[in-house]
Amino acid sequence: MLFLKSADLERFLAAASETRTVYVPVDVEPKKSAYRKWTPGTAVSKGLKTTRSAKDFFFPQTEDLVGFRIENKKIQILDPRGEEEDFAVFGVRACDARSFGILDKVFLSEPVDTYYENRRAHGLILTMTCRRPAETCFCTAFGIDPASPGGDVAFTETADGWYVEAVTERGRDFLAPLGDLFEDRDGSGAEAAKEETRAIMKRLPLADLQTDAFGGGKTKEFFDRPEWASLSEACIGCGTCTFVCPTCQCYDIRDYDTGHGVKRFRCWDSCMYSDFTKMAGGNPRLTQKERFRQRFMHKLVYFPENNGGEFGCVGCGRCLASCPIHMNIVKVMKTLSEGQDES
Amino acid sequence: MNPETLIPHPVVVEDVRIDTPDVKTFRILTREGDKPFDHLPGQCAMISVPGVGEGMFSITSSPTNRAYMEFSIKKCGHLTSWLHALEPGMEVTVRGPYGRPFPVEEDLLGRDLLFIAGGIGLAPLRSVINYVRDNRERYGDVEIIYGARSKDDLVDYREILEEWQTTPGVRVHLTIDREQVGWDGHVGFVPNYVKELNPDLKKTVLVCGPPIMIKFTVQGLTELGFAPEQIWTTMELRMKCGVGKCGRCNIGAKYVCKDGPVFRYDELGELPDEY
Amino acid sequence: MQEMMKKRAMELLADGTVTRVIGWRRGEFSYDISPAVFEDAAQIERDFVWDAFCGANVSKYLIRESAKGRVLAFLKPCDAFSMNQLLAEHRVKRENVYLIGIPCAGKADIDRIKARGIDGVTGIEEDGEAFVVHTIYGDERVGRADVLAERCLVCKSKRHPVYDELLGEEGEDLPDDARFAGVEKLEAMTAEERFAFWRGELSKCIRCNACRNVCPACTCENCVFDNPDSGISQKAAADPFEENMYHIIRAFHVAGRCTDCGECSRVCPEHIPLHLLNRKFIKDIDELYGTYRAGEDDETKNPLTSFTEGDAEPAVVRKRGRA
Repeated sequence: MLFLKSADLERFLAAASETRTVYVPVDVEPKKSAYRKWTPGTAVSKGLKTTRSAKDFFFPQTEDLVGFRIENKKIQILDPRGEEEDFAVFGVRACDARSFGILDKVFLSEPVDTYYENRRAHGLILTMTCRRPAETCFCTAFGIDPASPGGDVAFTETADGWYVEAVTERGRDFLAPLGDLFEDRDGSGAEAAKEETRAIMKRLPLADLQTDAFGGGKTKEFFDRPEWASLSEACIGCGTCTFVCPTCQCYDIRDYDTGHGVKRFRCWDSCMYSDFTKMAGGNPRLTQKERFRQRFMHKLVYFPENNGGEFGCVGCGRCLASCPIHMNIVKVMKTLSEGQDES
Repeated sequence: MNPETLIPHPVVVEDVRIDTPDVKTFRILTREGDKPFDHLPGQCAMISVPGVGEGMFSITSSPTNRAYMEFSIKKCGHLTSWLHALEPGMEVTVRGPYGRPFPVEEDLLGRDLLFIAGGIGLAPLRSVINYVRDNRERYGDVEIIYGARSKDDLVDYREILEEWQTTPGVRVHLTIDREQVGWDGHVGFVPNYVKELNPDLKKTVLVCGPPIMIKFTVQGLTELGFAPEQIWTTMELRMKCGVGKCGRCNIGAKYVCKDGPVFRYDELGELPDEY
Repeated sequence: MQEMMKKRAMELLADGTVTRVIGWRRGEFSYDISPAVFEDAAQIERDFVWDAFCGANVSKYLIRESAKGRVLAFLKPCDAFSMNQLLAEHRVKRENVYLIGIPCAGKADIDRIKARGIDGVTGIEEDGEAFVVHTIYGDERVGRADVLAERCLVCKSKRHPVYDELLGEEGEDLPDDARFAGVEKLEAMTAEERFAFWRGELSKCIRCNACRNVCPACTCENCVFDNPDSGISQKAAADPFEENMYHIIRAFHVAGRCTDCGECSRVCPEHIPLHLLNRKFIKDIDELYGTYRAGEDDETKNPLTSFTEGDAEPAVVRKRGRA
């Protein structure tokens, strides 16, 4: 089995950078990381996960869709896109890797979103196992194994380096010319490291979180539950949970006058925002309770209904860490499944 | 059409017709003078004024009209105010068609049809009515009940009088909310008028209008004995992408832009009550 | 203190003084506490919590809650300043709120605990001047002062400018010198350095609006950034200029009304030091118009919205702005 020694990471990233731009998690503050373009000397974060999710690579916060130039009353349409370059994202955890599959179900279903498709086609995903999961982690509730993170190439972390396995054809093609960077080791060390990760997951406070109560076809069961009122009462209606979420993909389309034309761009939007469904004629979701409910019903009921039972959450725990008032999907799931017997 | 669904196409506003004090009908063509694309009755398209915004509107012309496409648009917000300021010869952009149409070649085929519209709600039904008129032999008896605030607020009044009322097998009942000088027709709200007319229970119903009018009309129809499975309507929620991805019009497991805007009434009953 | 608070809350519910109590509800891992409204003794008994992690300022919720009926709120000193400012702006119905001032020894910042590499938290206990953090990887002991929130390290006052009753002992104002150290550091920079500093910080913004939505001074019913008719409504910045403008406009809008409660910096998922913008205004107002503290009382006029003949000349303001 291929093994990359810790000391050879720099060499590996340098070699990978020869064929594409490589993004790595970097500590921007102690234990707070963000993806940055790798350049020689860039220190890769040892933290568990980035504050923002890896969805940004495929579904960025803002993105130009189309430009307009208006001359003599005639509208000229301009496609702002250039040739998309190859890139790789290093250190993607299992939760984020799964989120791409969820985003694919939205953006790659007909009619295909070509902006997203282009990026997916050019992005190589280098995943990594989790050695030190946090209390906010609950990916296993959604059937994710943080010891088998998927992507194109999976890195299994150990004390002195990484076991490296190609997961996809694209991953194999990427690794093929890099052979001399790796040692050949037998795979027992990888298995031991994976088992260690799985054992830690079982000891986490959210290890017992159950999803059984939720799923498609349960709109009637949950929509009018009285608990929504108290669950949502402290919600300040910001978009933090939505924007750090690897699977939230709602967007707005806006026009911007640049002074010499109009650019139409899309940007992240949040169902938590008061104007998300506001129309000239009124707003069907008048209070925060309805907006809050929409976000969780979508992840726990509506999305699985349309996607063969797959939930719209990967248990990455970013919303648990970032919500200003510490309300989150775990509290929602626990509260709604507890109250279920009584109702 | 461009496969890039979010990239619109420039089209020319060939004609602007003033229908009512707040409704105008826009006739659009490509620069080459063609109809921009084909559609089915009840489908919508995104119209935009670059720099102002984009909005989803019913295509009001019939698919059988091969020459051009029409949209009847009520002035009610930022974008529609801009659209109302358009003059013939100016350009806007369009993309589409979007959404699920009325099932003109399936459930409606061979049926006796009852169209019920209130105000600008005639817009999506006009496409179906003209489609049915142009394929007259494939449908049964056609009855249209249409109401507006006043005589001046009846959209397509000239077409109703000159074309619909003269089509064999088509009956039109008009009503306005309050008495008005120069109006000797029916006065009263649509839901009440429907009950007065007591339509045959065999009919398939297509109802469009303000949410409150739809609600009371369906209530009345149910009292008369109509089943929800006989009633088709359209829904309106805020939309941005038009292709079921931006999340704006998500209600329950449905996306109005993609799974609607046309719904059978029993399907609406399955959705959570937030529209 | 927690038990005293629970007892008082239950008494005031029982005697009908209030029908609801706003406080803090325990979470999953001992630090993830949510503001909450309690309606009966059983809920209070089960979920009410008061500890070093109850940092959320509950005063803004009283705009909504006081409109519904009589409500009890427990206020830390900094919450009380926010509360008083809301009362001064007639945002909260005074007759519908019963305010109990509670002492505060500073609130811990879980991100500062995590910044020390501590993860897998299962529980946190206070032990004198330290916290014992239980984790699945073993216990860790951290000094209290090392993990207090920035705003608490430079606390402006332990005094409650408004209350109906107090639990515990009333504190005093604290010296302000340390509070403006960060602002002074920025003032000492060249304009280019300062611009680079703020670009670096503001470019991290994800426009989640948490700073605005949590801010007790941001109480407009329709914010200019949400109002399509304002001309500057945005969901996300289309360019760096707009990115800067959001935070700068917000700082201007709350200038003279911001009590420096620090909620904006607390909630920012990107840790942008937004309080520095607000503190710059507070410092400038103090220097130009004499010491003024928003939320001190509900009568004194904000110097930025009242004119006196002694006001600094605009030219002076401009000159200082350039320095």
